[in-house]
Amino acid sequence: MKPPPFTYHAPRDLATALRTLQEVGAGGAGGKVLAGGQSLIPMLNMRLVAPAHLVDINRVAGLGGIGREPGGVRVGALARHAEAERSGAHPLLTRALKLVAHPVIRNRGTVVGSLVHADPAAELPAVLAVLGGSVRVARWQDGAAVERDIPAAAFFTGPMESAVLPGELAVSAWFPSLAPGAGCAFVEVSRRHGDYALAGVCAVVGPAGAARVACVGVGPVPVVVDVSAHAPDWAAAARAVREETEPDDDIHATAAYRRHLVGVLAERALREAAQEAENRGA
Amino acid sequence: MEHEITLVVNGAARRVRVPARRLLSDCLRHDLGLTGTHVGCEHGVCGCCTVLLDGEPVRSCLTFAVTVDGREITTVEGLAGPDGLSPVQRAFAECHGLQCGFCTPGFLCTVTAFLEANPVPTEEEVLEGISGNLCRCTGYQNIVKAVHRAAELMAEEA
Amino acid sequence: MTTKLFGEPVQRREDPRLLTGGGRYLDDLGPDALAAAFVRAPHAHARIRDIDVGPALDVEGLVAIYTWEDLPERVGRPLPLLIPHPALTHGRTAYPLARDVVRHVGEPVVMVVAADRYAAEDACALIEVDYEVLKPVVGLEEAVQGAALVHEDVPGNVGAHLVQEVPGADGRGAREAIETAPHTLAFRLDIERSASMPLEGRGVHARWDGRDLRVHSSTQTSTSVRMAVAAALGLPLPRVEVIAPDVGGGFGVKIVHPWPEEILVPWAAMTLGREIKWTEDRREHFISSAHERGQVQYVRVGFDDDGRVLGLDVTILHDHGAYTPYGIIVPIVTSTQLLGPYKIGAYRVEFSAVYTNTVQVTPYRGAGRPQGVFCMERTMDKIARHLGRDRAEVRAANFIGPGEFPYDQGMTFQDGRPLIYDSGDYPEMLRLLKELIGWDSFERAPGRGIGIGCYVEGTGVGPYEGGHVQITSDGRVHVSTGLTSQGQGHETVFAQIAASELGVPIERISVVTGDTRRFGYAVGTFASRAAVVSGSAIALACRKVREKALRIAADALEADPADLEITDGIVHVAGAPNAAVPLSTVAVLANPLRYAFDEETARATQFAGAAAPDRPPVAEGEEPGLEGRDYYSPIRSTFAAGMHAAIVETDPDTAEIRVLRYAVVHDCGRLINPMIVEGQIHGGVAQGIGGALYERMAYDPHGQLVNASFMDFLMPYATEVPHVETAHLETPSPLNPLGVKGAGEAGVIPVSAVIASAIEDAEGFPIDRMPISPSDLFHLRTT
Repeated sequence: MKPPPFTYHAPRDLATALRTLQEVGAGGAGGKVLAGGQSLIPMLNMRLVAPAHLVDINRVAGLGGIGREPGGVRVGALARHAEAERSGAHPLLTRALKLVAHPVIRNRGTVVGSLVHADPAAELPAVLAVLGGSVRVARWQDGAAVERDIPAAAFFTGPMESAVLPGELAVSAWFPSLAPGAGCAFVEVSRRHGDYALAGVCAVVGPAGAARVACVGVGPVPVVVDVSAHAPDWAAAARAVREETEPDDDIHATAAYRRHLVGVLAERALREAAQEAENRGA
Repeated sequence: MEHEITLVVNGAARRVRVPARRLLSDCLRHDLGLTGTHVGCEHGVCGCCTVLLDGEPVRSCLTFAVTVDGREITTVEGLAGPDGLSPVQRAFAECHGLQCGFCTPGFLCTVTAFLEANPVPTEEEVLEGISGNLCRCTGYQNIVKAVHRAAELMAEEA
Repeated sequence: MTTKLFGEPVQRREDPRLLTGGGRYLDDLGPDALAAAFVRAPHAHARIRDIDVGPALDVEGLVAIYTWEDLPERVGRPLPLLIPHPALTHGRTAYPLARDVVRHVGEPVVMVVAADRYAAEDACALIEVDYEVLKPVVGLEEAVQGAALVHEDVPGNVGAHLVQEVPGADGRGAREAIETAPHTLAFRLDIERSASMPLEGRGVHARWDGRDLRVHSSTQTSTSVRMAVAAALGLPLPRVEVIAPDVGGGFGVKIVHPWPEEILVPWAAMTLGREIKWTEDRREHFISSAHERGQVQYVRVGFDDDGRVLGLDVTILHDHGAYTPYGIIVPIVTSTQLLGPYKIGAYRVEFSAVYTNTVQVTPYRGAGRPQGVFCMERTMDKIARHLGRDRAEVRAANFIGPGEFPYDQGMTFQDGRPLIYDSGDYPEMLRLLKELIGWDSFERAPGRGIGIGCYVEGTGVGPYEGGHVQITSDGRVHVSTGLTSQGQGHETVFAQIAASELGVPIERISVVTGDTRRFGYAVGTFASRAAVVSGSAIALACRKVREKALRIAADALEADPADLEITDGIVHVAGAPNAAVPLSTVAVLANPLRYAFDEETARATQFAGAAAPDRPPVAEGEEPGLEGRDYYSPIRSTFAAGMHAAIVETDPDTAEIRVLRYAVVHDCGRLINPMIVEGQIHGGVAQGIGGALYERMAYDPHGQLVNASFMDFLMPYATEVPHVETAHLETPSPLNPLGVKGAGEAGVIPVSAVIASAIEDAEGFPIDRMPISPSDLFHLRTT
């Protein structure tokens, strides 16, 4: 289990990184971006992927950091899970991060990397989706860096597929703040502590009964359901969530179990989030 | 193509030429002869290869050596002090926290960093702290005991 | 006495090196060795049409590529069938490299040797093998239908079929006894596959210097690997040495030998004249080592109103995977150890060892016992439920009484010897367990259940082990035994035995295991046998050395040997501490010298006046040196026992299963080191929890192992393993000089049975298939 050979690039600034990505992308041989590497390197070691080029962005200046801005939190491409967790910059993100793998993995893995990896069983895509956040990507065009923001709803295009195009680099993610007085929760069931969830639900409930959930592990992408119409009948909301999911069988759980589970978890998450909202309001 | 890198390993600067794809675990073990860091799965799950990167535990099998050029690395060989075994190492011996010893270096590195950040952990925090390391021998009970014991030793010796 | 260490929780002597990165595991050796890697079969069943190595030839660092065609006749033969048995009528083993047909995903097809493992894998990736895919045989019941065959010449895919019958006291057979019993039950049980899964995989390093071959292997039996390698390579045995270095866990998988790599790596080292190393990676370990468990059991039982079993009839389908190199030990152990601590009226057991296109099945810690115990303990629970009686009470009604030992179960055990239990006290053990877990005061609530499981484990099987003990002129004691260590703390417990026997401080004792240069005769580490067999052999060897030391010291002190004692390494006259001679001096006196190399040895030279001039320097019947060698060959196995109980909680909505408490009462005879025994139990229980709730080998219908990684093969972390509460009972074995029984496997044996029992109690419906996941429980609830 040793990675196949690749050409290594270690740009020190964003322009070089983008130029490199454009060049290696154009060659058709394919390039991969290396940030935390906690998902990519296992696949390399198993030789499930064999990119001709690896663009290591770990030394690129200006890609780190977690910025609290009006209306939300911007997380740079090199911000590690652990750093984002410790910062406590966003309550839902913090809760979700505690569920991501194990502490040692979180020391290296990046928030943006998890989004781009787009694993439908992962927590962070669901957080981005339920909050209606976005991912900022950049590419090199006509001698300059050009950026675009991709909203969460368009970002996750399939299992392990995101809207980031060849030659593009995800430079940051935007997690909008919760509305004042809103509560949130993230609950999941995994086989072992730290494993990808069999199913999981993150919920945001606003003071006026606006309620949204995003579910993991029950569809090709995070399944977002607006259940405001059911508030505060969370059991009915959970039934509605169940209707929206399309889980698959795998070796760890059947589709029927996942569908059942996501309803249970949706109800729990919504109750918890509503309780938090109520506590805030009080 | 090979890259010349410098790693500060257990306090000493080590220069080494490695291909880009050389995993940090292999670099430490085979290029630098520090075979105390073990490789149990090479996909980041077992934790045997855990080392400290600038004081933080990371999987050396999920890290390319070139990526950490210039950084400080502590391996199990660097945990003991001039006066002998570290409190964590002593606690593992005292509590029978190891059997075959293969996973042990990863646990020692993880626990060393964990107790530095959290010197008086609860039972639940200890379990969370070591939750990313597999051991097939001990059933973890004596490892958990050793973490608490190490915390005691560190407090006594502080 | 300071040196009486037997029975003390002595800290491990292995630990200082293992805690500082000073262990020497297989991959830590041979930094300059070439690396081997293998092209392995991607299909479960296929015929090899062609192998094209051409595309790999340009890989930088490539040294050699070998297929079966390249192997000399002797090397290319099928691997040995290690344990033949008359019932194994169709035993089959693999070739070291596949010849014509591959029979499971992962079977080695091409060997590559290169400068390092990266280059070797690059070459493997470029070698093209053309396969004609054949119909795979996956699943026990599909296999016995025989529509497709794993081996063309094994009809019905049945490699072995064995019926064993023990009639009741009235001479009637089990089936007849069941027919006429007041109550009968019939049911089916399933246990899925798991595997040993040590954190260090297998590995082989070989160096040939033109005359001698030195092989290091991460093995549980270095002496037997040595014989196998010498035979395959046609080398005289004294030219081959095999060493087990520090081994990162075994749990059974490393008792199998010779693995293909154990033949191929030494052969390639000789052929190329280069040092070569192969370190198994995790994916290889999943698909090319060995698995275990995997049985379907059909049970019929007849019993009386008190729950006493009058007749038990069990038919077992045992999944053996593609090959049977380790014979049919696993189903034999299942069918014999199924009886547990019970007197069964009449017993009939029949098993078929069935070939499938999956990884071969060989012993994994417990070695067939978890399946047998699952069967018997599920049966006990079902009887209790049927009669509306307490589950512990039904077990007690069937126990062998403490006054009934030795108890003959009337069968032949895995060592070919009668299944006679040596000692035990099962009612007392049950009393302790009930007290420990609070059986009688347990408050039943929805989603909370308590379970129980009992077992007897035959440990310390023969044929023998040996021990060598040498005291050198510096007063140090060097102990060696041939069997190997994989974390059991042998360096510590054997030193404790030697310290206690010899009266020497443990600090002066060193222990070497698994090195054929030090001890050439041994069997290996398996079947919880090291403490019993090597421990006894070392004790006997120590007694020889002690006797000799006393004889020589008596001469020097002009005393009667019967009046001498050894304390802290000094021989002295009892009650007269000044009439003393240290063992270091005795060692000098034991070895008359012509040449001195220090002051101590100068005392043994020919002009030093130590020897009587009228006797030969080495007396008749004596040998030079203060050393002794002895062997222990048990007449039959010792039988350890244990009883476990657990309290579980099941979530009414998510069907998650949590083990709230886990209690163990264990009896392995006299404890040498209670700390180490407890550690063995904790580890065994953790593996048992893995097997009960998390671990399975998920083969798809094509014979692909779809969870061949630690991401999807769910070995428990610390967060999944309950705290284990333990209590010990010590009924010494009358069979060996130390009164000990084995402890290595104990913890794992009843766990699936106990957890199933507890979940059944919590849920109120039968749990007949393990492992069980939340998804499984959800479906059981809804059907």
